[in-house]
Order: sequence, then C-alpha cells, then structure tokens
Amino acid sequence: MPYGPHTADDRERMLGALGLASVDELFADIPEALRASRLDLPPPEPELELAARLSALAARNRTDLASFLGAGVYRHWSPPVVDQILLRGEWYTAYTPYQPEVSQGTLQSIYEYESLIAELVDLDVVSASHYDGAAATAEAALMTCRATRRDRVLVSRGVHPHYRETLRTYFGGGLVLEEIPLVADGEDAGTTDLAALERLLAEPDRPVAGVIAAQPDFLGLLEPMPEIGVLAHAAGALFVAVIEPVSLAVLAPPGAYGADIAAGEGQPLGIAPQYGGPYLGLLASTDALVRQIPGRLVGMTTDLDGQRAFVMTMRAREQDIRRDKAASNICTNQALLALAASVYLATIGPHGLRDVAAGGAARATELQTALAAVGAPRIHPGPYLNEFAIRVPDARAVHRRLLDHGVLAGLVLADAAPDDPSLADGLLVCATEVTTSDEIARFADALGDVLRGRPPVAVEAGAGGNNGATTGTGR
Amino acid sequence: MSVPKDLRYTKDHEWVRIEGDEATVGITAYAAEQLGDIVFVELPDVGRTLAQAAAFGVVESVKAVSDLFAPVSGEVVATNGELTGSPELVNGDPYGGGWMVRVRVADQDQTAELLDADAYDALIAAG
Repeated sequence: MPYGPHTADDRERMLGALGLASVDELFADIPEALRASRLDLPPPEPELELAARLSALAARNRTDLASFLGAGVYRHWSPPVVDQILLRGEWYTAYTPYQPEVSQGTLQSIYEYESLIAELVDLDVVSASHYDGAAATAEAALMTCRATRRDRVLVSRGVHPHYRETLRTYFGGGLVLEEIPLVADGEDAGTTDLAALERLLAEPDRPVAGVIAAQPDFLGLLEPMPEIGVLAHAAGALFVAVIEPVSLAVLAPPGAYGADIAAGEGQPLGIAPQYGGPYLGLLASTDALVRQIPGRLVGMTTDLDGQRAFVMTMRAREQDIRRDKAASNICTNQALLALAASVYLATIGPHGLRDVAAGGAARATELQTALAAVGAPRIHPGPYLNEFAIRVPDARAVHRRLLDHGVLAGLVLADAAPDDPSLADGLLVCATEVTTSDEIARFADALGDVLRGRPPVAVEAGAGGNNGATTGTGR
Repeated sequence: MSVPKDLRYTKDHEWVRIEGDEATVGITAYAAEQLGDIVFVELPDVGRTLAQAAAFGVVESVKAVSDLFAPVSGEVVATNGELTGSPELVNGDPYGGGWMVRVRVADQDQTAELLDADAYDALIAAG
C-alpha cells in the first residue's frame, strides 16, 4: 500500500465513482460563508533552513530558570521507562482502535489505566480518556445535567480559572453556570464559601444539577470537600470533585468523601509540562452514572474458549452510534497519554506516589518558611499541600525582575484572577519532589534582594534547576 | 411473529394496552428483535407528564440505543421496576413482563389515532 497522499488519478477515479466534478461539491452542504478561506501561509522552505529557524526559535525558551510555577501543571520526575515504552511503535503510531477487539494489547492497556485511576480516586468507573482537566471537568458538569435532568450547575471560584472558562464555553448553549464565591477573610479565606453555596442551593424553583469544587483548590488550599458534598446531596445535586492525581496518595480520595464524579488533569502522572499539552483528562464516576460517562470504557471478560479477553463496552451511547443524542461529542481519546500515566503509576507504585506527594509537601513547607523569612508571607492561613499564594508588593514587577535572577516565581495572580482584589499582590508558587534546597535558596535570596532593591548578580546558567521553563518535547 | 390483536401500536414500534383511562406501554417483539439483546432500559419518574410523540425514555441493546416515544400524552402512574435488574424481559416477554410505563391518558382522542394490529402487521411487513 502506498504511504503517500492520493494522486491526481486517484482523485479523478473517486470523484468519478461518486459522480462529482470536484472535491468542493462534497462540501456543498456547508454555507459558503462558513467554509475556510485560503490559508495565509508563507511559501515552503527547505527542510534544513526551516529546522535552523525553528531551533533558533526554540533557543529563545529559558531552560535555565529555577521554576516554582505550578497552577495546574506540575514538574515531576518521570522514570525513563515511561517515555521508552511510549516510543515503541505499537503504541506511538497506533490510533484509536476502530475494530477494538482485534487490538487486545491496546484494550488491556486502557483496562489497566482505568483500574489504576479507579483505585486512586476510589470510584467505580473510569473512562479513557479526555483532552485535559478542563475538558474532563466540563464533561463532568454535563453528566450532572443529564443524570438529574436539571440545567443549573454551581462551580466554586476555587476551581482553576481555565477550567471555569471551558465550562462557560460548554454551557453557552442554554445550560446555566453560576460561580460560588470564596471566603474573603479569616481562617477559611480562599476556600469555597459554604454559606454562599447553601444560599445558591436553596434558591426556590432553581434546582441544581451539580456542584463542582477542587481539591486542592486553584490557590493550593484544601477545601472542605465532605461538607460541600453533603450540601450538594441534600439539595438533590451531584458532587463533582476536581482533583490533582498525585495529591491523592496523601489526601482522601473523592470516593471517600462522597463525590459522585471526579475530574482532573492527569499531566502530573509521567507527562512532561508542555505549553498547551497534549495532556490527559481524568474522568471517573460512581457505578450509578456509568451510562452518563463519556469516553472509552474497557471491560474484562472471557472469550468462547474461556480465555481472558478485553472488550470495548457501553459503546452504544457514543457519537458514532447515537449521533446528536450521544452522551458527549468526545470522539477520540488520549490513549498514549493514558498509557504514560499507567506506566508511571505502575513503575513508581503506591509507596512511590506517596513519597512524591509527601516530598512535594515537605519542599513546599521549606519554600514557605524561606519566603516568609525574606518578607513574602502567605496570603491565606488555611492548610495547603504543595502550592500556596504569597503576598509581594508590586507582584508583577517583582516576578519580572526575578527572571533576571534566574527564578520563575510562579504565577502572577493578578493575571489569573484579575477580578479578585485580594489577590492583586499575589504570586502562586509551588514545590514538588524535584524542587531542590538550592533552588529554594536561590528564590529566597533573589526575592530578598529584589524587595530590598538590589540589582541581580550574574546568574550561572544551569546552576540549581536545569529544567525550569520546559520547552515542548514535540511528543 | 404474531402481533397481539388486543393491543394498539405506533409507527415507532411501541404497543399500547388501553384499560379505562390508563395506557400501558412497551415495545413490540419486532422492535426487541431488531434491537438485539437489551441490556438497559431508562424510564421516567412516576408523576412526570409525557407529551405525545416526545421521547420519554431510552432502551439500550448491545448494539444500539433508541429513544422511547410516548404514544399518548399523560402522567406516568407506574413504571416497571423489574426492568432495572432484568432488562432481558423486554426480549423474552415484550407484551407481558417487558412492559415499561403506565400512563393516565390525558386525551382519549389520541388513542383513536393509534394503529390496530392489522395496520401494524402491514407496517412491519412493508419493512
């Protein structure tokens, strides 16, 4: 079989068989105004020149920074075996299985992914898989509407702003999305306002389908998830927990505090931080919602000879069969990234994952102490795991100046949450198990210098952190 | 396949048993056979008001999922809870144990529009 594009002859023959004069006629159903116009692309370049130009562009990325940036994407050590297995041709080039039962190996890998994630979140059903945490959260919200036949969903402002943006996009077609404010001050500052949630749930004639909260929340704080779940259920709503998977090695899993659905970003499980992905959307639910969960479900059974076999199951509600009435418009999955998560989890094991989570928490405590000592205290008093917000006067300028000191000082909260004045002077910083004491000292020293108005000393490239701002690996 | 003479039918392959002001609804043996092994039936809550011709539930087989359409308008007075654990009743006993919902008929005129057994027979014979 030739492995190239169709020849002019091929096209002629296909058009002849269809009785059409041109390929354009195939698109006649799409109104002219909606069709893509000619793409404004530069002329083709020789491969060598193009490679040189792209290398020069890539070289503009800073890879020498000590990074304290998390905000939904986290640096972790990934055993080399993860990428090595991903690069095998059987996984790397195989697309979604359209004749799934022939691909027993692919199905087994998805089954193992679902089993591992189910154990992590303590829920019955895991689908494989979604584009990213934001898409999985939006699918979870739609699940609550289908299951309850209600159309109003409440999302905590503690959920990542990008996820809330994606939710708004999904809910643009007639469903109602409302935000639950965060507690403004006091001990619970920065976590979901339970009294406000109670008021929103009690509004007459406005039944709520689902309540969405994140653990840890966007500001790194631990939320009162059991209480949120109780309030949601008392109002007949389902409870969606947005989770960070590594944290589940040390925090209570969603199944333990009554969540009906868990959604989250799977990137921390063996997937390198990359600008824009590809990432991995985790989605899990109770057995009661199995017919509402979109995505691939693989089951284990026995074949006619009594041997173990894997099957794609519950397909009948998917888009290729139910069309516009499908459970969702998801039509592909992230099998390669799900495989990365499986290999990562299987390689480091439950004890290893606990070490990763606990190591990150310990580094974060070290970081918090060091930053507070140079005049950058935490904004919120509540417990956190490995990410927290600090108050720094003129945070945006300080963040910029710290780049000259070789430090990526997390996220400028005024950019991420411009409508929250309590975060105007905030930086969101995180540590993981790969954060070193040297990097923490570099950050604290540089911050102290910047706050006292001292100029940067020359930065030794590569000292301390060696993969701070990661460039895409082109996976 | 014999179509019971005492029932009424729709073009969407539901059967209707009219008793006083109540109508019991299921899917025909022909529909069940076309769908294959039925694995799940999703039914409305008791008390919900159905509108004629609108989808009120879902029947799922190993190869397809189909909507159930209300043959007549009215309030749901009972649903067949047996189908939750034994959806195969729809294949095995479509006109008996496989019944789905009982509706209090809102407008008796609507029942007159339903097909009789001969008309339904002709419909499936025509494919």
